[in-house]
Amino acid sequence: MLDLIFYLLAVIALAASIAVIMVRDIFRAALCLIMLFMSVAGFFLLLHADFLAIVQVLIYVGAISILIIVAIMLTRDARHGLPLDNYKYWAGAVGLLLLIALAYGILNTTFTLPGTAPLEQTIQPIGQQLFGNGYVLPVEIAAVLLLSAILGAIAVLRDK
Amino acid sequence: MMFSVGLDHYLILSAILFCIGLVGVITQRNVIKLIMCLEIMLNAVNITLIAFSQYITPTLLTGQIFAIFVMVVAAAEVAVGIAIVFSIYRSRESVDMENFNILKW
Repeated sequence: MLDLIFYLLAVIALAASIAVIMVRDIFRAALCLIMLFMSVAGFFLLLHADFLAIVQVLIYVGAISILIIVAIMLTRDARHGLPLDNYKYWAGAVGLLLLIALAYGILNTTFTLPGTAPLEQTIQPIGQQLFGNGYVLPVEIAAVLLLSAILGAIAVLRDK
Repeated sequence: MMFSVGLDHYLILSAILFCIGLVGVITQRNVIKLIMCLEIMLNAVNITLIAFSQYITPTLLTGQIFAIFVMVVAAAEVAVGIAIVFSIYRSRESVDMENFNILKW
């Protein structure tokens, strides 16, 4: 049953990500991107990462896709779509070569799986690790990064 | 119940997603679409991190914490990137990458 859900989500994710590249209308591409984000949240649920699935829906589906749609609506010639670059065959060849190399590396590596059962709930351990167990400084740096990103966006867009 | 989809499936899937995003980043001429393809690549990396966290270190959650930081950086990157796109769009009236050659010497 879970296998079936995995393959269903995989088909949805791959179709949505190919549609993001192929569809000429950029608004439809943004909607396909939202579908990809939702299916990635489904993968996180399959991987027992419940907190990450919620955060994925909140940040990606809620915030980032809204930003992208606002950007599409504020730029005029974006709706019609632009043609692809001239070297799309070279890009396809590069992507295919990288995919072959990655797949070769993945399939020829034997990972040592410990076999212990995963945690049922991850919210409390993630909170304890983030704020009590060595990740306090990265959390503070992330806060400073977000603040500086907001200030930088305002400073770039301010009327001169 | 045993879950027969293993680590390799998730790694291959995220490799395919990453390559699709890479092809999009190379070929797209619309800057907003290029940012969307960057998001595809970051999502593929997140799937890899969480799959490793699930199968290799199931009780430590290190990969999930890394994925949280990847999401934070992705949010900051989209905010600043779209601000830069707007700023150039004001002066150039275009979102085509061909016109974004202000830094070209």
